Amino acid sequence: MTAAFLQISNLYKSFGGVAATDHVDLEVLEHEVHAVIGPNGAGKTTLISQLAGELEPDDGQVAFLGRDITRLPPHARAQLGLARSFQITSLMLDMTVRDNVALAIQAHDGHSFRFWRDARRDTALTDRAMQALARVGLEGRADTIAQQMSHGEHRQLEIALALATDPKLLLLDEPMAGMGSEEAARMVEILRDLKGSKTMLLIEHDMDAVFALADRITVLVYGKVIATGKPDEIRADESVRRAYLGDEAG
Amino acid sequence: MDWGLLITQVLNGMQLGVLLFLLASGLTLVFGIMDFVNLAHGSLYMMGAFFCATLTEWTGSFVLAAFLALPLTALVGLAVEIIVVRKLYRRDHLDHVLATFGLILVFDTAVQFIWGPAGTAIPLPEWLDGRVEILPNIEFPTFRLLIIATGLVVAIALYWIVTHTRTGMLIRAGASNRTMVSALGIDIGKLFLGLFALGAVLAGLAGLMIAPITEASIGMGNEIIIVAFVVIIIGGIGSIKGAFVAALLVGLIDTMGRSFLDSFLKLFMSIQNAETSAPAISAMMIYILMAAVLAFRPQGLFPPKGR
Amino acid sequence: MLDPRLWQAREWVTALTLAAFGLAPVFTELASQPFILDLIARLMILAIAAVSLNLILGHGGMISFGHAAYIGIGAYAVGIPAYYEITNGFLQIAIAIGASAVFAFFTGLISLRTKGVYFIMITMAFAQMVYFAFISIEEYGGDDGLVIETRSEFGGLFDIEDTTTFYYFTWVSLVAALYLVRRIMRSRFGMVIEGAKGNERRMQSIGFDTYKYRLTCYVIAGMICGYAGALLGNFTSFFSPEMMDWTHSGELLFMVVLGGAGSLFGPVLGTAAFVLLEEFLSGITIYWQAIFGVLLILVVLFAPGGIDGFLGRLGRKR
Repeated sequence: MTAAFLQISNLYKSFGGVAATDHVDLEVLEHEVHAVIGPNGAGKTTLISQLAGELEPDDGQVAFLGRDITRLPPHARAQLGLARSFQITSLMLDMTVRDNVALAIQAHDGHSFRFWRDARRDTALTDRAMQALARVGLEGRADTIAQQMSHGEHRQLEIALALATDPKLLLLDEPMAGMGSEEAARMVEILRDLKGSKTMLLIEHDMDAVFALADRITVLVYGKVIATGKPDEIRADESVRRAYLGDEAG
Repeated sequence: MDWGLLITQVLNGMQLGVLLFLLASGLTLVFGIMDFVNLAHGSLYMMGAFFCATLTEWTGSFVLAAFLALPLTALVGLAVEIIVVRKLYRRDHLDHVLATFGLILVFDTAVQFIWGPAGTAIPLPEWLDGRVEILPNIEFPTFRLLIIATGLVVAIALYWIVTHTRTGMLIRAGASNRTMVSALGIDIGKLFLGLFALGAVLAGLAGLMIAPITEASIGMGNEIIIVAFVVIIIGGIGSIKGAFVAALLVGLIDTMGRSFLDSFLKLFMSIQNAETSAPAISAMMIYILMAAVLAFRPQGLFPPKGR
Repeated sequence: MLDPRLWQAREWVTALTLAAFGLAPVFTELASQPFILDLIARLMILAIAAVSLNLILGHGGMISFGHAAYIGIGAYAVGIPAYYEITNGFLQIAIAIGASAVFAFFTGLISLRTKGVYFIMITMAFAQMVYFAFISIEEYGGDDGLVIETRSEFGGLFDIEDTTTFYYFTWVSLVAALYLVRRIMRSRFGMVIEGAKGNERRMQSIGFDTYKYRLTCYVIAGMICGYAGALLGNFTSFFSPEMMDWTHSGELLFMVVLGGAGSLFGPVLGTAAFVLLEEFLSGITIYWQAIFGVLLILVVLFAPGGIDGFLGRLGRKR
């Protein structure tokens, strides 16, 4: 086994005395797709916010590539290669699709303290933006203002933004949220293409997608990890069935 | 050390402090609950002063005029809310500041039109115009003591309303959860209107209390409103307690700086340097205080919960 | 933009306005009405300030209510050296820009840590701080203001004591400021500023320290406005701290929003409309400010996008 890519140890966060992340330990290995599932209110988004640096944990540690990142701000984590997509679409809605992705590429290039050259005529930038869009099938929409796209396309652009920074680890917060079955299937395709080349931590409600994509699954209930294992093990796990799958699988 | 002077200046600082509190409490309530930035709050302060000036002339009694001027200022507040402010709640802060800046221009010109370009003095009744001996050999103007007392009474009343009454509960709930207030079946439009009028009354009260000292003049609210902003930034926007603490702090520091900074600086530098730099530094002191507070607490001293 | 065949209402108005400003001395010479030149020169100086405010307000989404402070800093950077008989214009302008940069850096460092209404009030408060500081410095005139006896001298290259030369100096400065802002906003840096206005959280999550970029933008805007202040000091030959009062910052905001925040040329049109209306209305009534107030409220309520937005809509209809 390779050493942990992302190592979460004893992470704890409470809101008004209620633990949303209750001493969570979790490892993501290189090149794996690690899914985190759990019923509503399990603290999945709270967890991802702490990983991305938007929420500060009360206790515990997050290490990425062997480095303690627990107190780093979001932009510094992104610079280290940690990219996230948002559950509720978060884009630069007033800008074109191409500009959105170009910004992510600029971020990857290091600083953007370049004041003179026209960024939209900078082929080094625009070419790569088009490639990133092609990876999620949005190359035909490059000149559209992001606001004018459909919900499904927004989700695709979310992924394109995260990918364009050429991240080492993708944190995907419910990429299928609010999608129709056709759009969801398309998203699964996009993610499956990335599988093997990118390490991903996937939070998702859509069980079909999770079992189709994940190498390992962690089950979170009321902020606590109740099981971690391969999809088959999780499917067979009694405590998981009781706590979670039980209601849905009937 | 001249203890008499020190005590006098502390009281002067408190007097400025309570005036700032009256202005700041209205601002902070209106902002905290309605998320509305009202630059024209200083205009209501000015209106209170001018109403009181005219009414004093008509009735011959400052006290009676003061009690009549407050409902008039409330009416102006109601009119402003209904005609302009109400249409802006859903807009962004830039629209708030621009439209209320427009209101300032309208108010200043209206006052110039009605009362003329010169200021209007307000004569005090004899029993308020004198000085009282507060400590052996230390006298202080009666009227300024009355300002301090009035300010403290209003502060206690406001604090009690916010912490102990149903309206206060709504105010606190509104600050952190607007949808909840609507869900309780409260007419949020009326709540806002009432609060805006309350803010107007508090501003008007401040204006009519300072006018006998400085006289009512055009644009008198435009400078003090910025200091009131400094107060609510230091105190934490939306917090009555923060507004009170910060108002006294700012009032005291400003007054003390202006009267004692030069003697203080003379301890370290030449008399001439101290005398040139002291006025500039004391003028900047409250802003430096604000910067220092923000550097450590970007949300002010008493940030309201849920923001 | 550069091909007239593709121009629409907005581009035509831009080009014609700049050309009209450029040619104005020729015509006013004929009509022998130099006061019109003075009016346009003042308009162009304020337009530079408005363009710089638009860089942070319109493009960057930072609502600064203290921009008039930079006009003051720039003007005193001409006036105070002139008081000590240092009249070298290059030096004065360098001081104006440098001092503005320093002030913008330190106030920005604190105010950009805050958001929304805090930012508005803090920028306002810092500007008042400068205002009161200059009022209390008796040496440089206090609240009576400072008379600037000699205009900046540029080592014999050109002489801005001459009205027409000063006019063209201002015209070139305005065109240069517009070009500079246009370049900046189209550069990688400008993209980041625009992105941070649209969605700061997302910009941070893809790896931008938006605070640093905003601070840089804030400093650049301050420097441009400081330059405008140096021009204004030369133009009026007198500077009163009253010109830094926050109500003047409010007027600058009005000019930007009246013209159209976030568009390159909108602030110039807004300034032109403001200055010309002021000139016209103040000739009619002493109560002209009330008309301005009502106009401002109406623009906010009913004309988002200002003049530029209107021209843009004209363009689309064709």
